[in-house]
Amino acid sequence: MALNLGCTAKPGKTRENKTGSWRVFKPEFIHENCTKCGMCKIVCPEGCILENEEDLPVPDYDYCKGCGLCAEECPAEAIEMKKEEK
Amino acid sequence: MMDIMEGSHAVSRAVTFCRPEVIAAYPITPQTHIVEALAEIVANCELDADYITVESEFSALSACLGASAAGSRVYSATTSQGLALMFEVCFNVAGMRFPVIMSIVNRALGAPLSIWNDHQDSISLRDSGWMQFYSEDNQEATDLHYLAYKVAEDHRILLPSFVCFDGFILSHTYEPVDMLTQEQVDSYLPPFKPYHRLDVKDPISFGMFASPDYYQEFRYANDQALHKAKEVIADYGREFGEMFGRDYSGLVESYRLDDADTAIIALGSICGTVKDAIDEMRDAGKKVGLLKIRAFRPFPGKEIAKALQGVSRVAVLDKNISLGSKGAACLEVKDALYGSQIPVLGYVLGLGGRDIRKKDIAAIVNNAEKGIGDMFYGLREEELK
Repeated sequence: MALNLGCTAKPGKTRENKTGSWRVFKPEFIHENCTKCGMCKIVCPEGCILENEEDLPVPDYDYCKGCGLCAEECPAEAIEMKKEEK
Repeated sequence: MMDIMEGSHAVSRAVTFCRPEVIAAYPITPQTHIVEALAEIVANCELDADYITVESEFSALSACLGASAAGSRVYSATTSQGLALMFEVCFNVAGMRFPVIMSIVNRALGAPLSIWNDHQDSISLRDSGWMQFYSEDNQEATDLHYLAYKVAEDHRILLPSFVCFDGFILSHTYEPVDMLTQEQVDSYLPPFKPYHRLDVKDPISFGMFASPDYYQEFRYANDQALHKAKEVIADYGREFGEMFGRDYSGLVESYRLDDADTAIIALGSICGTVKDAIDEMRDAGKKVGLLKIRAFRPFPGKEIAKALQGVSRVAVLDKNISLGSKGAACLEVKDALYGSQIPVLGYVLGLGGRDIRKKDIAAIVNNAEKGIGDMFYGLREEELK
């Protein structure tokens, strides 16, 4: 993050400012349990659950804030929230 | 050209010469005459500005913030409770580094309700990041507006500024004022060049969120800009003196201080009374001098320490009180002189418009000589029983 005079920001600033640093708990995806229902993608408030080439969910940890909604809603118990070591 | 003018009207004329493009203000005693006159000046097409009538002081300064973000030179004026209502916006204007200039016609804060002068309103915002200038007379009140715009808009500074002058004592008093002409002001104050501004073709957001990882650095940058302002004020104050004969290069100004035993420190219109009192005391053989603080923010601590070398004691007059502590100027002068062994005695006085006369200044000097200080001066003891 550049310290711009007047606390200003140009569009696209969040590409530089990775907000994932706010996270305390990190969702870990257990792909063996995943049924590809897509619920985690739907409930993620940050839209940061992507898919890999096998259509399995992959979180974008640069922006995931660890709210835990995906783990709470996952019907297959395929997401675990783990305390993150920094 | 020398004019006999009411202080408020001298200031509104000076502001007109600064060519603000947006004025947003809400009338409040004793500031009303300034914005009333400006409204008339704009309505008469003597100034090409948008005059925004708002429903509160919070909106007035918010409108100025927005107009400054859009790249305009802006102006507002307020006092007392009006300034208190602007508290939040003041910090935002300074943090976003908008060079807003605002006249503060100093008035006491309630309760109890008082429309009369002291410095509690602007002093209470000393931590907001704005520069603060205090005027001794109406001449200074007008000139400091030109200086404030020039310093504030300098791209090395980019900070807002209060130009303070005492309610009624100056604002409603007719005094001779050497009014500059539009051409003279134009030759001193160039058109405003915004550092960056709102532009739909090149979008930008102001006042962005800063996480704990970065917030402190923004505050540091703000503080550094205020410290840097000391030399910029000195440079532009000197330039003003060279062009128009009145030198404002000093953040402080001394009067008969060279061989003084007792130094008085004060801000604002009381300095005129103090100078007369000093003349009388000097005639009676007492070595007393004055150090006037013209810029309270940035605070000229080093300049004060240098000017007070050799005095035996310092009496600081504060028309404000940080309740539960002391007067603001007293605290900062004590800090500036820390380790010097020069006793600093604070006197809180003149609150809510109580007159301070020459005999009061003489009495304070007597107290200081006896080491009696850090007190309210002139309390009505009979009322406190």
